[in-house]
Amino acid sequence: MRLLGKEVFTSDKRRIDERSSVEKISTFVFVLLAVSFFAIPLMWLVLAPFDSDPTFRIKWPNWGLGNFSEMAENPYAYRSLLNSAIFSAGSGLVVILVGAPASYVLSRIKFAGRDAFLYILLLFSSIVTGSAAMVPLFLLSLKLNLIDTYQGVVLVLTGGLIPAAIFILKDFTDSIPKSYEESAQIFGASSFRILKDVVTPIIRPGLAVIFVWSFVQAWGNFLAPFILIRDVNKQPAAVMMYSFYNDGGQAVFRTVAAFSLIYTIPVLAMYFYVNKKYGFRFYGGIKG
Amino acid sequence: MKSKTVKGSRAARPGNSVLGKGAATAFLSPSLLFIGVFLLVPAFWTLFLGLTDYKLVGIEALNPSFIGLDNFAKALQDPQFLSSLKLTIVYVLGSAIFGQALLGFILAWVLNELSPRVRSAVELIVIFSWIVPGSVVAFLWFAFYNKEEGTLNAILGVNIDWLLDYPMLSIIIFNIWRGTAFSMLLFSAAIASIPKSHIEVARVAGASKMQQLRNIVLPSARSYILTNLLLITLWTFNDFGPYLLTGGGPGGQTQILPIFIYDSALRYLDFGYGSAIAAIMLLLNLILSLIVLRMSKKGKK
Repeated sequence: MRLLGKEVFTSDKRRIDERSSVEKISTFVFVLLAVSFFAIPLMWLVLAPFDSDPTFRIKWPNWGLGNFSEMAENPYAYRSLLNSAIFSAGSGLVVILVGAPASYVLSRIKFAGRDAFLYILLLFSSIVTGSAAMVPLFLLSLKLNLIDTYQGVVLVLTGGLIPAAIFILKDFTDSIPKSYEESAQIFGASSFRILKDVVTPIIRPGLAVIFVWSFVQAWGNFLAPFILIRDVNKQPAAVMMYSFYNDGGQAVFRTVAAFSLIYTIPVLAMYFYVNKKYGFRFYGGIKG
Repeated sequence: MKSKTVKGSRAARPGNSVLGKGAATAFLSPSLLFIGVFLLVPAFWTLFLGLTDYKLVGIEALNPSFIGLDNFAKALQDPQFLSSLKLTIVYVLGSAIFGQALLGFILAWVLNELSPRVRSAVELIVIFSWIVPGSVVAFLWFAFYNKEEGTLNAILGVNIDWLLDYPMLSIIIFNIWRGTAFSMLLFSAAIASIPKSHIEVARVAGASKMQQLRNIVLPSARSYILTNLLLITLWTFNDFGPYLLTGGGPGGQTQILPIFIYDSALRYLDFGYGSAIAAIMLLLNLILSLIVLRMSKKGKK
């Protein structure tokens, strides 16, 4: 009886060992394929900028920094990066200036209809997307004389970002105990002072994350400036990227390669910054 | 005296808030204004425009008139719209549901077993493809798919003009690459939320990986999975990204709804018809969002 039990046990163990080595190999193959799938297209962005003779092909470069000086000679390239910075910083600032006060109120004050307000906010922000609302957004900008202006793009982008920003910031503020404000109140501090010297420093990490998040969203956005900006001098990098290879039908590889990398670096830098400073927190359902 | 003031202020403001009513209103109103002007107005304007024959050029530009549901009737008989709707469904099913969600889940599941260092290295590469600006990603794939010099053909040893011969497949793979990170991260969070002991007990009891998956992981991650599926469906449905790769071509073969709206309204300047299509999109977005919200409410309870 005992012997039988032992036999069963060892054969089971062997079966498990075999199964786990098959598992290990298939896991390895899968991870290898997945990494190749995601990494290979990215290789162009890593190698081509430093290749003095870039083509569509991903290849070992003829090392050199000539592409960057060629890009620097293109006034539109530089200008468009500056424009992207204006659109992105502008959107980040407006999102915070408008969103932070609202999220504070929504977090701290219970008023009739607050939950309904949050519900409608969430609903509308996911329904009225850029794709579905491009016609009225274009007409609105036309009627308000905002076509070909920085303000136009910033306002339209901000409108789309504010609901999610309010949500994230409200969540953040909810997680901070009220006791700080309460003790300041007990000591007789004015509302303004409490907001300035107590609340703002505490929610600063939340504000920083929202600023970075809005900046990155605006930095990559193509549709809004594509529709609202005609003037080539005001076009951001997202749209300018497109004119380097559509002009004569043939891509201006050296400029495109250097430009792609320079245009990408700020986003990567911000990702690493936020990741390192605050840790990558997963805000379920927030992308853009 | 001092303690009296404190008591008094508590009594006056039961919510114990720093802000008075006026200040609270002032804090809220800018965001209300933004939401009103840039979300509510566009939504209703789209519905309204869809009921008119408004164009930017021609007689209708000067004097648009109300034509009721004509645009919607026209859409339902327009082979181009019907084909666009079909393409959108294929694009969403292929790239979001079967692509991003499935690959994201397998990645999260497999990476969960690996050492933290390998895991975060793989995750980083997947996340990179998600955060690189869309215009750059489009160029990377334009280069990757190129017939003569493209790396894909070099790897596979074939000579295919991907964007011309397999345009839908091309944008589906492009969008899987682009968006899998979100599903992977969400599912990682879901798997991490399952108590380790549950899986351990099953493993010791001799359950295979598939059994663990079916009996423990999938049931516990159910609400995450449903939320994820609906969200990526919503996003992919509204995705303008393929425009950068194919412009909707060749011959309208990748003209998904967002591109169809752009073409009708802003390229051919038929605002009325374009808005009617956009209104149909708004309606479908509404249905999807209501399901998401209903589910997330249930999940909280």
